[in-house]
Amino acid sequence: MNIVEKILARASGKDRVYPDDVIFAKVDKAMVHDVSGPGVIKVFDKLKKQGIAVDNLWDPSKVWVAEDHFVPSAEKISAENIVKLQNFTKNYGIEKHFKYGMGQYGICHTISHEEAMVLPGEVYVGGDSHTNTTGALGAFACGLGHTDMAYVLLNGKIWFKVPETLYFKLNGKLPDHVMAKDLILKIIGEIGTDGGNYQTMQFGGSGIEAMSVESRLTLCNMTTEAGAKNGIVEPDQKVADYLTKRGAENITLVNGDADAEYSKLYEYESSEMEPIVAKPFSPENISVVREAPNVELDKSYIGSCTGAKYEDLEAAAKILKGRTVKIRTEILPAAISIYKRAMENGLLKIFLDAGVTVGPPTCGACCGAHMGVLAKDEICISTTNRNFPGRMGHVESQTYLSSPLVAAASAVTGKITDPRDLN
Amino acid sequence: MIKYERDNIDTDVIIPGQYLKVHDYAELATHAMEGLDPDFHSKVKEGDFILSGKNFGCGSSREHAPIALSHSGIKAVLALSFARIFYRNSVDGAFLLPIEIEDDAYQGISEGDEIDIDIKSNQIKNLTKNQTYKMKPFSEIIGKIIEAGGLFKYKPD
Repeated sequence: MNIVEKILARASGKDRVYPDDVIFAKVDKAMVHDVSGPGVIKVFDKLKKQGIAVDNLWDPSKVWVAEDHFVPSAEKISAENIVKLQNFTKNYGIEKHFKYGMGQYGICHTISHEEAMVLPGEVYVGGDSHTNTTGALGAFACGLGHTDMAYVLLNGKIWFKVPETLYFKLNGKLPDHVMAKDLILKIIGEIGTDGGNYQTMQFGGSGIEAMSVESRLTLCNMTTEAGAKNGIVEPDQKVADYLTKRGAENITLVNGDADAEYSKLYEYESSEMEPIVAKPFSPENISVVREAPNVELDKSYIGSCTGAKYEDLEAAAKILKGRTVKIRTEILPAAISIYKRAMENGLLKIFLDAGVTVGPPTCGACCGAHMGVLAKDEICISTTNRNFPGRMGHVESQTYLSSPLVAAASAVTGKITDPRDLN
Repeated sequence: MIKYERDNIDTDVIIPGQYLKVHDYAELATHAMEGLDPDFHSKVKEGDFILSGKNFGCGSSREHAPIALSHSGIKAVLALSFARIFYRNSVDGAFLLPIEIEDDAYQGISEGDEIDIDIKSNQIKNLTKNQTYKMKPFSEIIGKIIEAGGLFKYKPD
C-alpha cells in the first residue's frame, strides 16, 4: 500500500484498502473557520428541525477553529459570524479557537502547521478546499463542505472513496530563483485544473527530500487547483523536527510500502525548472516568467496560505531589501507567529522601507473578501492560489499567480519580472 | 434548460467570494452565477436544469455553490464531469443532482429544451427534440445517499 492507502486502511479498521473502495474513515482532527463554521451552525439548525440531536460533538478536543476569511471584520455580517463562532466553540467546549486580537491566529492552513495541529499519519478534514495543504506533514488532509463537516463533528467519521495516487517525482534540488510555487504551477499547467480530480497527488524524489517543510506545504496547497482529493509527501525527519519544535509529541512517521502502487508517474528535473506565472483566468494557463505578457501591473499581493509563510516572506525580503516598490504592494503574513518572526528578524523593516503596506493575517483579497480587492481592469501579481474571473475582486480584474520571488521582483519593476533580471 | 457551453465553471463565478459570509440561503440564491451570467437570477425558474462542460464546480469547498443554485430552483446540473467537492456537497447536502453526461447530451440539448431525467433507468429524455441520452450511473454509495435524501439520512450497511 502507498501512504494514503495505509492511512485510510488504519482509519477504517481494515487490513488493506484499494483505490475505489468506499470506506468510512475515523477522523483524527477536524477544523472549521469563519465561513465553514457558520455554515455548519446552519446545518445544525436544519438538523435540529428534523429531530436529529446536535447537543454534543463527537470529541471537542479533536476539533479546532480558525478565524481567517473575513477578519478583522470589515462590516457587520462578518462581525456577527465571528460572534456566532465564539458562541459555538463556547457551547460545545472547543478549546482550540484561534481568535484574532488574542495572540496567535491566522489562516487555518497556516495554523495547522505553525501550531502542529495535525500529525503524520492522521486523517484530517477541514471545511476549506485548501485543507490539502497539511498533507505536506504526511497526513491525509482533505477539504469538505458544511454538511460533511457537520457530519464529522457529530459522528467523528466520514465516507471516502479511496483515491488513486499520481506520483510526482522531482530530481535534484531546485535552483535558488525557483520556488515550490513554480513547480506546482508547472504541474497544474501540464495536468490541468481537473488533472488530479478525485485523486491523490503525492510528491517525492531527491528534490522533495531537499525541500523545506514550508515548500512542501506550497506544493500540497495547490493540489486543490488540480482538483485533487489530497496532496501528500511522505514524512521524514525534517517534518518530525518541524513539529517537535512546535510542541508536538508522539510523532510516528508513516510511509508507503516498497511495492506501493501509483496510477501514474510524472518526473521533473530541477535543473530545467524556471520561474512560472499562471495568467488570467486559470491556474493552468501558465507561462515561463521571461515569456509572460508585458503588462503594466497595478498591484503586487503577497499573502494567503499559499504564499505568506515565513519562507515566502524571506524570499520577498531578499528581493525588496534596499529597493523600492513601483506599484501598490501588500504583504500579509499568514499567521501572527510568522508576523512576529518577520518583525524579530528585520523583515518588516525591509518591507516598510520598500514602501510596502504590511497587513494583518487574513485570507483578505485572495478570495475577494477585503483588504485590497481589485477594481475593474486592475492587474495584480499575487502569491495566492486561484485566478478565476472575479476571484480577487471585480470580475474584469486580472490576477497573475506567481512565487513570492516573482511577485516581489514585479513589485519593484511594475512588470512581470524574473528575479534573475533585476538590476 | 440553461446551457453554458464551456468547461471549468468554477465556484468563484457560481457564488463570488464576497458572499461567503452570507448564510441566508434565499439571499445566496439572488447572487447565483453572478460572476458568469448576471441575468441568471431573472431567468431561472423552479425546476430548471443547468447544462455545462467539463469540471463543473471546480475551486472552493464552499457549500454556498450548490446551495445558491438549489435555492434558485435548479434541481440538477448536467455536466461532462464535476469537481469532487461540488459533487459531494450537492449529494451529501441533498441540494441538487449532479448528472454526468456524455457528449451526445452535451451537444444535443439546447438552451430552453424540456428535459426529463430518470435516475432509475439512467436516461435523459429531451422532450423538445424527442431524443434520449444515457447518463452515467451513480456509483453505489452516491446512489444510496441520493435515495436516502442526503448523508444524514443515509444509514451505512
